[in-house]
Amino acid sequence: MRHVLSALVHNVPGVLSHIAGMLASRGYNIESLAVGETEDAQLSRMTFVVVGDDRVLEQVRKQLEKVVTVVQVDDISSQDHVERDLMLLKVAAPPGKRSEVRELIEIFRGRIVDVAPEMVMIEISGQERKIEAFIEMMRPFGIIELARTGRIAMVRGQKTIGQESKPAPK
Amino acid sequence: MAARAATTPPKAEKHLAISGADIAIQTLVNHGVDTVFAYPGGASIPLHQSLTRFRDRVRVILPRHEQGGGFAAQGYARSTGKLGVCMATSGPGATNLITPIADAKLDSIPLLAITGQVGTPVIGTDAFQETPIVEVARSVTKHHYLVTDVADVARVVREAIHVATTGRPGPVLIDLPKNVQLAETVPDYDAPMQLPGYRLNTRVASPDEIDALASLIRGARRPVIYAGGGVIAADAAEELRELVRKTGIPVAMTLMGLGVYPADEALSLDLLGMHGSVYANQAVHEADLLIALGVRFDDRVTGKVPEFAKRATIVHVEIDPSEINKVKEADLAINANVKEVLKQLNTIVKPPEDLAEWHRQIAAWKQADPFHYKAEFGGILPQYAIDELWRLTRDRDTIIATGVGQHQMWSAQFYKLRKPRRWLSSGGLGTMGFGLPAALGAKAAHPDALVIDIDGDGSLLMNVQEMATCHCEKLPVKVLLLNNMHLGMVVQWEDRFHQANRAHTYLGSIDDPEALGRGDGITPQVRYPDFVAVARGFQWQARSVAKKDELIDGLREMIESPAPFLLDVQVPYQEHVLPMIPAGMTVNELIKE
Repeated sequence: MRHVLSALVHNVPGVLSHIAGMLASRGYNIESLAVGETEDAQLSRMTFVVVGDDRVLEQVRKQLEKVVTVVQVDDISSQDHVERDLMLLKVAAPPGKRSEVRELIEIFRGRIVDVAPEMVMIEISGQERKIEAFIEMMRPFGIIELARTGRIAMVRGQKTIGQESKPAPK
Repeated sequence: MAARAATTPPKAEKHLAISGADIAIQTLVNHGVDTVFAYPGGASIPLHQSLTRFRDRVRVILPRHEQGGGFAAQGYARSTGKLGVCMATSGPGATNLITPIADAKLDSIPLLAITGQVGTPVIGTDAFQETPIVEVARSVTKHHYLVTDVADVARVVREAIHVATTGRPGPVLIDLPKNVQLAETVPDYDAPMQLPGYRLNTRVASPDEIDALASLIRGARRPVIYAGGGVIAADAAEELRELVRKTGIPVAMTLMGLGVYPADEALSLDLLGMHGSVYANQAVHEADLLIALGVRFDDRVTGKVPEFAKRATIVHVEIDPSEINKVKEADLAINANVKEVLKQLNTIVKPPEDLAEWHRQIAAWKQADPFHYKAEFGGILPQYAIDELWRLTRDRDTIIATGVGQHQMWSAQFYKLRKPRRWLSSGGLGTMGFGLPAALGAKAAHPDALVIDIDGDGSLLMNVQEMATCHCEKLPVKVLLLNNMHLGMVVQWEDRFHQANRAHTYLGSIDDPEALGRGDGITPQVRYPDFVAVARGFQWQARSVAKKDELIDGLREMIESPAPFLLDVQVPYQEHVLPMIPAGMTVNELIKE
C-alpha cells in the first residue's frame, strides 16, 4: 500500500538529516521525500510517500511523531487531497522535431522555459502518473537531463494540517 | 525535577551579563542538579571554570575516561530516578560519551550529556578536536542541541532537562561551542520552551479501558504480569505490589524490571526470557492473560515472537505509543503512564474467580526447576559466590551493579532483589564495562548504601581506570570479581553452537594452550592480569580467593571494609548460564542442562 504522509516539523538545523536518518536506520521504504518552508517561518512541511502495509505505516507515523522536532504527522492519502510533483527536463529538439515536442507539451499542459538550438527545457507539474507518462512520451526524442521535486500534497477544502497544534505566539 | 530555587547568578546582581558557561551551570542548579560527572578538555574549560564557582552546590566527580563518566551519571540516575549529568570536551571527549548515551537510549535512562565544541567560526573546518557530535549522536539520543547563540543557553538547558526526564525518559545531548560558553548575556531562566513537537503523553486511561482490563483479570484463569523498566521509571512498584496483593497474579520481570516485585515472594516468577526461570517462561507460555507493563517485547524476552504468550490475551500498558504493536500486537493497548493506570485499576479490580489451580501449578513449576547450581562442587562456582553474597547482604541497603555477560545473568538469577532502583545493569545495549562506573555513580548518590559491582574479568578491564575515581573521589564501592579468565558468555555460545572452538575468548597469554581451547580443562593456574596488584596500584584494598572455604571470609572482609575493595574470586570457566532459550526459539527448546 502506498501512503502519503504530511509532517509539520520545527524549522531547526538538522531536522531533515534527523528524520531521513531515522527512516533509514529503521529500514522503512521511502519512495519520495519533499521538504520546504510553510506559511509559518517556524515550521517546514515534509511530504513522504511510504510503501508498506498498515502496520509499517503505523510504525513510521509513530516513530516520526516521537522525533522531538516533528510537530504533527498526517496520513493524507485516506482523505480527499491533491498531490503534485514538479519536474524540469531537457529534451533534444532539433528544428525538425520541435513542433512535435511542442504539441506533446501542450497536451500535457507543460511549459517551455528555455530554448537552445538543439534542445528545450520543459517545466511540468501534476500527479505522478502524468509525469511518468510524459517522461515516456519524451524518451524517444532523447532526454538530456531530468530533475523532480518529489511529491507534495494538501487536503482539499477548509481543513489544514496542524492548524490546532501550531506553537502559541510569544 | 525540583522546583527552581530562588538563586542569584554568580556575579551577584540581577540583570548583569554573565557567560554562557555560568548560565548553563546555573540552569542545572536551578533544576536541582547536585552532581556532575565531568572530564575537562580544551573546548570545555569555561564550563569547568564555572563549576568551581558552584562548589558549594554541585559536586564534580572527575572520571578517568569520559565513558566512565557517562556510566557513572547513569548509575546516579538509575539508583535515584533523577537526571544524571555528564560532561566532556569536544572531539574524542564527546565521541567517548556515545556508548553511555546509546546505552541510556535503549534503557530509557534520563541522562544529560553536555559537550564542549570548537568555536562557531571554525565549526565545519575540521578544526582540532572537532567532531560533529550532534550528527553522530542523532540516532542514539532522545533529543540533541547545537547551541550557536548564548541567548539560547538557559532555554536549551531547561528544555533538555525537561525532555530527558519526562515521558519515556532518555538521553539528551547539548553541544556547546567554546565561544558560546564565553560569550556573555543577561540570562532569562524563564524563557519559554520552544518544543512544539514534544508531545508529553499525559493521556489518562479511559474508564472503559480500565473496565476492560479489570474484566479481563476477573475472567482470567492463568494470568501473568510481565513487568519491565517502565514500571520503575514511572515509580509504580508500590502500585504493582498492590495489584498483586489484590489479585494474586504472579509477576515475571525483565532484566530492567528486577526489583519491582520482591524476588523472595511466592508470586515472583523472577527473570523472564532467554536466561529467565523455567517457571516464568512456562507461565507466560501457558498464560491466558498477559499483562505487559512498561515493557517493549525485547527479543531477549520473547524469543520467537509468534510463539510468545501465544495462548494469552495480551494487554500492553505503555507510555510510548511507538512501542505499542511494534513487535507484538496487543489485544488491549493502554497508551498511558503505568502508575496512573495501576492506580485507577486498583480502585476497581477484583481478583480472578479462582486462581487456586494456577497457583498450585506455579508452585509446582517453581519447585521442579528453581535456579540451581552444583552445591557440592569443590571449587567456587560463580552462582555460589553470588548466592552467598546475597545471604550476607540481604538485610542491608545494597545496590548491585554488573558488567555484561554470564556474571550479569547469574546476578539476575541469584541476587534476590526486593526493591526497585537497587539493580544497575546494561539491559538493552549490553555494554561491557558498565558495572564499575555505574557503581561509583550510585555510591555518590547513596553514600550510606553498600554498593557492589558484581563483575567479570573481561567487563571490569574495560573501565578499570575508574578504580582511580573511586579512590580519589572517596567512593568506597566494592567489586566482586568472578574471574574465569575467559569471555564466559561467548565461550558458552562456542560450546553450544560452534563445537567449542575457542575464538579469542581466552584472556590470558596467546602462548597458553588455553588460548586455543587446548588447556587441561581446569581453571588456569597462571592468573593474568594480577587484579589484586592492579587494585592495590589504585590504592584499593584487595584479596584473591580460590578455595571454597575462604569465600565467605573474603566476602565479609569486602563488605565490612570502609575502603574500595576488590575481591578477586577464581571461578571455573566451564559453567554455562542455564536455563537457556536459544535466540529466536521458544520455551519448548529450553535447555536445562
